[in-house]
Amino acid sequence: MSTEHISNNESFESLEVQAYQREVRRNLLLSTPALIVLFCAASGPLLIMLVFSFLTAGDYGGIKWQFSTEAWFQVAFYRDIFDETVSIANAHVSIFWRSIKLSFLTTLVAFVLGFPTAYFIATRPPETRSLWLFLVTIPFWTNLLIRTFAILEIIRNQGLVNTVLITLGVIDQPLDMLYTDIAILLGMTYVYIPLMILPIYASMERLDFRLVEAAYDLYATRWRVLARVILPLVKPGVVAGSILVFIPSLGAYVTPRILGGGKHLMIGNLIELQFGQGRNWPLGAALSLTLLVIVMGALMVYVRSAQKEGSGHGH
Amino acid sequence: MVTNSRPFSIKRMPGFSLLALACFFALYMPLAPLVFYSFNAGNNIALWEGLSLRWYVAAWENDLVQSAAIRSVVVAVIASVVATSLATMAALGTTRTRPYRGQTSIYAMVNQPLMVPEIVTAVALLILFALIKESTGYHGYAYLVSAHTAFCIPFAYLPIRARLEGMDRVLEAAAADLYATPWRTFTKVTLPLLLPGILAGAMLAFVISLDDVVITEFVKSAGQDTLPTYMLGQLRRTITPEINAISTVLLGVSVVMVAIIFFLSRKKT
Amino acid sequence: MKTIFNSILSGLVLAVSGAAMAAGELNLYNWGNYTNPELIEKFEKETGIKVTITDYDSNETALAKVRAGGHGFDLAVPSHSHLPIWVSEGLIANPRVDQMPNFKNVAEEWRNPDWDPGRQYSAPWQWGSVGVMVDTSVYDGDINTFGIILDPPEELIGKINVAPEMNDVISSALLYLGGEACSGDKELLKKARDKLVEAKPKWKSMDYGVIEKFAGRDLAASLYWNGAAFRTRLKNPDVRYGYPKEGYSLWADAVVLLKDAKNVEEAKSFMNFIMAPENAGLISAFARYANSIVGSEQYMPEDMATAPEVVVPQEFIGAGKFYPTCSPEVQKIYTAIWTELQK
Repeated sequence: MSTEHISNNESFESLEVQAYQREVRRNLLLSTPALIVLFCAASGPLLIMLVFSFLTAGDYGGIKWQFSTEAWFQVAFYRDIFDETVSIANAHVSIFWRSIKLSFLTTLVAFVLGFPTAYFIATRPPETRSLWLFLVTIPFWTNLLIRTFAILEIIRNQGLVNTVLITLGVIDQPLDMLYTDIAILLGMTYVYIPLMILPIYASMERLDFRLVEAAYDLYATRWRVLARVILPLVKPGVVAGSILVFIPSLGAYVTPRILGGGKHLMIGNLIELQFGQGRNWPLGAALSLTLLVIVMGALMVYVRSAQKEGSGHGH
Repeated sequence: MVTNSRPFSIKRMPGFSLLALACFFALYMPLAPLVFYSFNAGNNIALWEGLSLRWYVAAWENDLVQSAAIRSVVVAVIASVVATSLATMAALGTTRTRPYRGQTSIYAMVNQPLMVPEIVTAVALLILFALIKESTGYHGYAYLVSAHTAFCIPFAYLPIRARLEGMDRVLEAAAADLYATPWRTFTKVTLPLLLPGILAGAMLAFVISLDDVVITEFVKSAGQDTLPTYMLGQLRRTITPEINAISTVLLGVSVVMVAIIFFLSRKKT
Repeated sequence: MKTIFNSILSGLVLAVSGAAMAAGELNLYNWGNYTNPELIEKFEKETGIKVTITDYDSNETALAKVRAGGHGFDLAVPSHSHLPIWVSEGLIANPRVDQMPNFKNVAEEWRNPDWDPGRQYSAPWQWGSVGVMVDTSVYDGDINTFGIILDPPEELIGKINVAPEMNDVISSALLYLGGEACSGDKELLKKARDKLVEAKPKWKSMDYGVIEKFAGRDLAASLYWNGAAFRTRLKNPDVRYGYPKEGYSLWADAVVLLKDAKNVEEAKSFMNFIMAPENAGLISAFARYANSIVGSEQYMPEDMATAPEVVVPQEFIGAGKFYPTCSPEVQKIYTAIWTELQK
């Protein structure tokens, strides 16, 4: 091995390293503006909440500048107001559990309805696709509260759905949907479904149907084509849509309150309560940071595993 | 294998069109009572008392609700345009690249606004912005717009990223081989390919900003009510069909706008 | 079209200049949908002062925003329960309301309330009560008790709504059990919790919007405010409002001058303005609650001046009381009970 060869190899490597560094610098530069805005108006101010969670609750809302870990204690444990015995905060656990359950179901229903809708839009002639996309979002240009009340109007006992079903003879007693978990599920699906449809559409629009054709040529059934060819190709869109539906519905506030009749709290309502009439800002801060850590942890685990799985892609 | 008389189409999935149409039907069904009650003679949004245009007249004469509606739309347009541009750049910087340190952190940070209930961001912003408002004396729209921009970013980012992921580099590489400058490659190749994702992201950002209530309630300065905060105050009392009337007008305007865009784009092709 | 154009323009101007506070302006921070536009128009015409209204949705939001500072408001309208907090935290200035010319119109019983002794800080806006409303075609027994909600008669089970206001609900349970609102008696609080937990399965909802549901006969009873009960009776003539004999709580909202107000003179003239009978009448005509100004009845709609929901019948006056906001210790217990109730 000649010395010349080694130095050549080295310079080649350093060129490679330089190119990589240039790429990283470009990437950071591209991401910086968004990060600055986020830091100033979203993530940065959350540091205030981190500080608050270690302070004492003010007498009438707000905080007192006195160090305390009481809020974090209260997230997980419940000190009985009457006999001071300490137990696991089962009210918090059951509220978190209900929220997760309902958000999961919302995501599922939104996917079952949203995927075919995105597929439908993506297979229209190219010049009409944006029009269909607009049709998905136009109902959401009206006000959220008014929309929620419109849903309430539709599902109540004398509402549209029951009237139609009874007239058609499908049922003879009105379905009692209002103020149930079903109502919350319907309402949340309605509110969040564009967040499922649009990302799936975005990644489906470029779907190469030659691959589908090839699969059919190999005598694949429609369902196999769907599961083995189409779904993997649009996976990024499905993931994005699921994140956009699942996470915001965890913190949903208006829909459970109006359609659920307010009889049960969801995480969003529980945290709201601490900043409102509960006058316990530190607990509100600690609860929301708990939620943040759980969700962000899950997301990062997912991203890391997806990166490992997909390494070699995009080079 | 093909049992129906229709010719075999590789794009057709059994039942999909039906589900899609059912979905569109469900999306538009709640608008029926919304529009219906805007013509209510009574002062309730769920109790029909006869036909009347009184709430359109009321909305027409109510400066407060009109300016709130316009303010909502203006803030949503600015916030969604800025958020979508920033999100597009961030998506380009975090997707289709060799893994680098901090990539996952950037991804997590961009999506952070999704992960805490609005009230938390709202209270944090209240405290931060109050300090700035007091020390600078500036009470303008910058606070509202920057808060909206920030929480809109993930809603624009995720669809754009979904589009970008797995988008082939072949065309861009070909352009580069033909001595196109990076900027030319970007505007002539990458951007057009990315457009459906950008459009989807922008639409989501717009809708999310338009509907926001809690953060706006805490960030707004004097005289900066938007339509949702104007309505929030009515929740404990009667919500009058005035909002239905305003929403119906907004709906009408958007439908007309989309129709115009549609016909214009058809003429071109 | 002109207003639309104007508001866009003024929006742009505001964005550039940053809400310049010229003389002759007034920034009112009030509950949403609570300010009669006619009242503002009249004030602007008489004084030439331009009024900007901004809404809030709860005492807590208003307190948090004003406390944070930099808000730019001149006047706010907190409830009586929160007013002492605003005073003790130094958020409001003392404009000597009792020395204003129109103070002479304030009814005798409103001149020296416990929550604003001597009435120096606050000008009266509106007041009301927390009671029960019942559809008497469904249940025709005694409705003047919180038992309607907490020990409901057979006919009402499953047709009950409770307004989702933590303080009102738990205080009502305490009053029903013979205590006082915000009582620190732990035994009693425990009983109140058990009572609420026991009663909740008999309720249909905990919701604000009830008028249309009473009209559609989906609901037959509710813990609610008197003004809403009045509006409901206009849609369903069988609805009556009960003043619980065990005791019920009253509330009052009042206008206060904020310490960092920039338009102090304009704000004072507004406070004086709303104590004139014809103007107080406009306030009540819009939101349909009573005010505290003598002679304002003649400026209200006729159905209001005689409504038993607005004018408290003599026999029930004694049971109503103004309660201050709970102490921090009791509020903690309230929150725990509330979370337990809705888990």
